[in-house]
Amino acid sequence: MNCIITVLGNDRVGIIAKVCIYLSENGINILDISQTIVKGYFNMLMIVDIEKSTIPFENIAEGLKKIGDELNVEIRIQQESIFDCMHRI
Amino acid sequence: MISRGEIQETNSMIKYMNLDVRTITMGISLLDCADSDINKFNEKIYNKITTKAKDLVKIGKQLELELGIPIVNKRISVTPVALAAAGCNTNSYVSVAKTLDKAAKAVGVNFLGGFSALVHKGCTHSDEILINSIPQALAETDFVCSSVNVGTSRNGIDMDTVKKMGHIIKETAELSKDNSCLGCAKLVVFCNAVEDNPFMAGAFHGIGEKDCVINVGVSGPGVVKKALEEARGADFETLCETIKKTAFKITRVGQLVAQEASKRLNAPFGIIDLSLAPTPAVGDSIAEIFQEMGLEMAGAPGTTAALAMLNDNVKKGGVMASSYVGGLSGAFIPVSEDNSMIEAAKIGAITLEKLEAMTCVCSVGLDMLAIPGDTPPETISGIIADEAAIGMVNNKTTAVRLIPVIGKGVGEMVEFGGLLGYAPIMPVNRYSCKDFINRGGRIPAPIHSFKN
Repeated sequence: MNCIITVLGNDRVGIIAKVCIYLSENGINILDISQTIVKGYFNMLMIVDIEKSTIPFENIAEGLKKIGDELNVEIRIQQESIFDCMHRI
Repeated sequence: MISRGEIQETNSMIKYMNLDVRTITMGISLLDCADSDINKFNEKIYNKITTKAKDLVKIGKQLELELGIPIVNKRISVTPVALAAAGCNTNSYVSVAKTLDKAAKAVGVNFLGGFSALVHKGCTHSDEILINSIPQALAETDFVCSSVNVGTSRNGIDMDTVKKMGHIIKETAELSKDNSCLGCAKLVVFCNAVEDNPFMAGAFHGIGEKDCVINVGVSGPGVVKKALEEARGADFETLCETIKKTAFKITRVGQLVAQEASKRLNAPFGIIDLSLAPTPAVGDSIAEIFQEMGLEMAGAPGTTAALAMLNDNVKKGGVMASSYVGGLSGAFIPVSEDNSMIEAAKIGAITLEKLEAMTCVCSVGLDMLAIPGDTPPETISGIIADEAAIGMVNNKTTAVRLIPVIGKGVGEMVEFGGLLGYAPIMPVNRYSCKDFINRGGRIPAPIHSFKN
């Protein structure tokens, strides 16, 4: 199942690294990744496949939130279906 | 592949414009619980509700987390109790209401609708028991909602019940006067009530429905308002297109949630109800949409036209997004639940009479209006009769949810709390309709009901 991870907040060293390590440790495959920084504001999108994840969705969400709190950025994970349903017929 | 812009659009709708799934409502039939012994009946309905809905809240929370969209309420609607309990040997259904309340609390939902009677052509003995039980039932329960359908376009209006409901509303207010007359906020009088409405307080599980279904209500006045900001100064065609596109997107989210909920709860999907339902939060208001359209305040001349356009285009966008759009789908205009509507009422920009005109084109009716506590019951019945007549003649659902605030008069405020909000007490026409209401009997079906 594909999910979208969004990271928003002030830029700092190690945001991508921390998120990627966490995903890799839990068997989550990154399919696509893009980021922009506008005036120091960090905005990252990731499309990930959680099919082979070793932990359930709620734990992934919780783990990412914890990393977000540590880095002082907002990290969300959502199923891709909510975006598909709204923007694709 | 989904683009960055699309992801941001969806998430900003959720984060900044109050887009939410307002309710997942599980409809449960109580017809198979019939029993002549009311204690056995109560036991059966408790067991059925707590079995069918045991995972409703859990699944709702799961979907909320996975999709990242708030699912504000998880609720239950049941078969109108006057039908399900008709076989019981009893003269009061208060114990049924208490059982429903207990079941609602056990499964963790925040409202349960269906303490209802459908009496558009008159009352059965059971309907009379139910209606007489309403004041006490609403005063002694927390989550039970009640509704009475007094008319339909096919059958006319049962004026005996209209008369009775004036007294019942007053009595309900009286019994809950220590709690802002909150009982009345849980009581709706309908004309042309719909059987699959997921929104409270008027939800019930119709008798034409399956044993258990999932209906979903989506809301998002803030999203429509924000979209209209982009169309500032544009002509009406652009305005309508913008509303339609927004309604389409919102409804698609509802459709996704409904399908997932239905699959996980193992209950068939009923309908999506796309109703722009305001909350007292700033930016979640229908009246603000009117202001964005170019009206100084809700209630200004042009408000009815603006609402007609809004309601129609919400439906048009919605029906393109899901094959099963149902319920009330349109725009609600509750006074106490809409921050800018409250302001308009406070300064007299909107009046009860203007709201009545607006109910000709909105999705329901006179909703969450606080009126003086000394309003005579016959006057309340007169207001109900007017609303029911609008519904009957225009083939639409209309409803009345009035709160006569005992001990308070025009201009004073009443606080209901939470999503129910607060409201100024609005003036009511003081001329009497007593002799009209006291005539009794039925208003016959209108000529255009003869369609066969």
